[in-house]
Amino acid sequence: MRTSTRGSRRLVALAAAAALTTGLLAGCADDGDDGSSNSDGGTSGGGKTTLTVGTFGVFGYKQAGLYDEYMKQNPDITIKENVTTRTDVYWPKTLTRLQAGSGTDDLQAIEIGNIAEAVQTQADKFVDLGKEVDKSQWLDWKTAQATTKDGKTIGLGTDIGPMAVCYRKDLFKAAGLETDRAKLAEQWKGDWSKYVDVGKDYMKKAPKGTKFVDSASSVYNAALGGEPERYYDKDANVIWDKSSGVKTAWDASMEVATSDMSAKLKQFDKPWDQAFANAKFATVACPAWMIGYIQEKSGDAGKGKWDIAAAPTAANWGGAFVGVPTAGKHQKEAIALAKWLTAPEQQAKVFAKQASFPSIPAAYPSLKPQAATTAFFSNAPITQIFSDSAKTIPTQIFGVKDQPIGTAITDIGILQVEQKGKSPAQGWDAATKEIKDVLGQ
Amino acid sequence: MTSSKQALARSASSADAAPGDQPGAARRAQGRGTPPRGPDSWRSRLYRWDMKASPYAFIAPFFIFFGAFGLIPLLYTAWYSLHNVQLSNLDQQTWVGLDNYRNLISSDFFWTALKNTFTIGVISTVPQLIMALGIAHLLNYKLRGSTVWRVVMLTPYATSVAAATLVFVLLYSWDGGMINWLLDFVGVDPVNWRESTWGSQFAVSSIVIWRWTGYNALIYLAAMQAIPADLYESAALDGAGRWQQFRHVTIPMLRPTILFTVVVSTIGATQLFGEPLLFGGASGSKGGSEHQYQTLGLYMYDQGWIIGNLGKASAIAWTMFLILLIVAAVNLLITRRLRKSQ
Repeated sequence: MRTSTRGSRRLVALAAAAALTTGLLAGCADDGDDGSSNSDGGTSGGGKTTLTVGTFGVFGYKQAGLYDEYMKQNPDITIKENVTTRTDVYWPKTLTRLQAGSGTDDLQAIEIGNIAEAVQTQADKFVDLGKEVDKSQWLDWKTAQATTKDGKTIGLGTDIGPMAVCYRKDLFKAAGLETDRAKLAEQWKGDWSKYVDVGKDYMKKAPKGTKFVDSASSVYNAALGGEPERYYDKDANVIWDKSSGVKTAWDASMEVATSDMSAKLKQFDKPWDQAFANAKFATVACPAWMIGYIQEKSGDAGKGKWDIAAAPTAANWGGAFVGVPTAGKHQKEAIALAKWLTAPEQQAKVFAKQASFPSIPAAYPSLKPQAATTAFFSNAPITQIFSDSAKTIPTQIFGVKDQPIGTAITDIGILQVEQKGKSPAQGWDAATKEIKDVLGQ
Repeated sequence: MTSSKQALARSASSADAAPGDQPGAARRAQGRGTPPRGPDSWRSRLYRWDMKASPYAFIAPFFIFFGAFGLIPLLYTAWYSLHNVQLSNLDQQTWVGLDNYRNLISSDFFWTALKNTFTIGVISTVPQLIMALGIAHLLNYKLRGSTVWRVVMLTPYATSVAAATLVFVLLYSWDGGMINWLLDFVGVDPVNWRESTWGSQFAVSSIVIWRWTGYNALIYLAAMQAIPADLYESAALDGAGRWQQFRHVTIPMLRPTILFTVVVSTIGATQLFGEPLLFGGASGSKGGSEHQYQTLGLYMYDQGWIIGNLGKASAIAWTMFLILLIVAAVNLLITRRLRKSQ
């Protein structure tokens, strides 16, 4: 370009700047598109449909190889999982995307603590999956949690968290306690305060440096999981301060918090992980999903030393659902995938890999934990214990702010008593103040 | 069209005739002064327009982005803060006026968070800058392998907040953590670093100090190396020792740099968020069971994204903004004072 001069070069530069600016803006607009292309941008690559699955934590589908299996069976489908590690990050993000009507994944996992909020405020953003499946396959209370008042089911049940107690046989023996799982279960059957009594016995001859239980809040959560009444009544009114379930669970946890039987750890913290490896506590309230966790964190050193006994009450702690947002562009394919992922055979496969317990009873006879897991837990009849619990879990009602209320009680109220030596009354007041803040009262 | 072609031809010939800056400069002068007449007028108008407009085009991307991602959210947040907005129901907003702010002022949690932000800010910023100054002074000596030391200083800054905090959580864990183990070694009772007020604030500050000291030290070091060596020589001739040189030569020469780091660190401390959040573990946004290390940033996050009360969270955001403005104004005043006194 010998003809170009400074003047015209300037023009070129100006044009370039303008192009750059619009390019950037276009890039920005592209980004906006990108959000929705999570759901619509799949059709590239030879007519293949890409489905995205939004999950949190370790959901187990990928780990159990379900995506690969499905893609093999359906060559025109590609599945991509978008994992968010922290639940408290995952849910707000999902909520905003649902309401914006863009950026949602084709399948969206919903944690049990959020399902009531989804049912009560986001029902119109989800496909009614109740029409697509035979709902009677699932445990009644599980489907009920994902169903609106007018009968729309926004999510299919994945796993549940039936309760047991995992305990270290070696520590129990050293403390001179009963080690047989059936007899132990008999000792504390029916009431978590009987479990606390076993803890008192344990502390009399506890091996040095060990405690009976990891934390008072784990006892609270386990006990509350067996109570029909939680924080809300069936008309969605907050009743946490008069709920009989909360009172029972609170009292049991206070017995633990005010004694010396708790290792005073906070669940899912690093030090808690470490305490598994160092055998710092003898028991932990054990919903089915906890099994994999204990196995992983205790490592080989714990092999054969852990055992599982039935919990004082049949209870549920945790679990999840998968829903199909109406904002997705491949709803038909997404519904098919959701049905397949939650079918009994697939739930059984997830159990075999992750010990996430199925919400469809038809899957129970075929459940096979991995040989390593069985050996780790002293050949305990894992499926038997959890199936028995699962079938008798009461129907619990969840509410919009279930999760923050629960956090206020465990991480404020109970923690103050357990770690700061406050009285139960002071702990309750602190939790009350926090919950009032949560509810905007 | 023809005129512009002619113009191109003409300018091409002029460029051929005299390559280099001269013709361009001449034309620029002409462009700014008397506009050329005749067939050139369209070109010159375009040219003048170019002179005026293109700087704006060049800076436009920043302002467009600032508008889209800074200003509009800022104003929208102000609008939100006057409403009751729930995260689960963004479309339904009810006007509540200043209720969110009134609510905030009467809330103990807010005042705790404000106080915590201040105390954690002070106990992390002050030691941090003093240590950075000392380290920079040491690094300024002739050292063997000085580059290595400087790189090492910067490593904490290069590690992610998450990784650093996780390690500190383990160090500070009250049962079996290394720090309590060391305390036990010298006969001190273990401290519950997460639940005690001062313990937790100290622990959070130590993460901040660990991450930022090296960064500030390098800034100081850069400034120190710009101090002329003859100042030190003459000071040495006057019989000043190392310490006196540091006090009477280094510190005064570094004053603008120190002010800069103070301002930046203060802003950083006001926005402290990641370290306490991760330090708190599973329910970190509460900042401990008595909110003992909940900063304003955490309080806003807890209200908005955990509890889902976006209206109140927006009110906190605006309050924080106002506090930052006040901090900036105080900084400005102090800077002016110092300049005048110099």
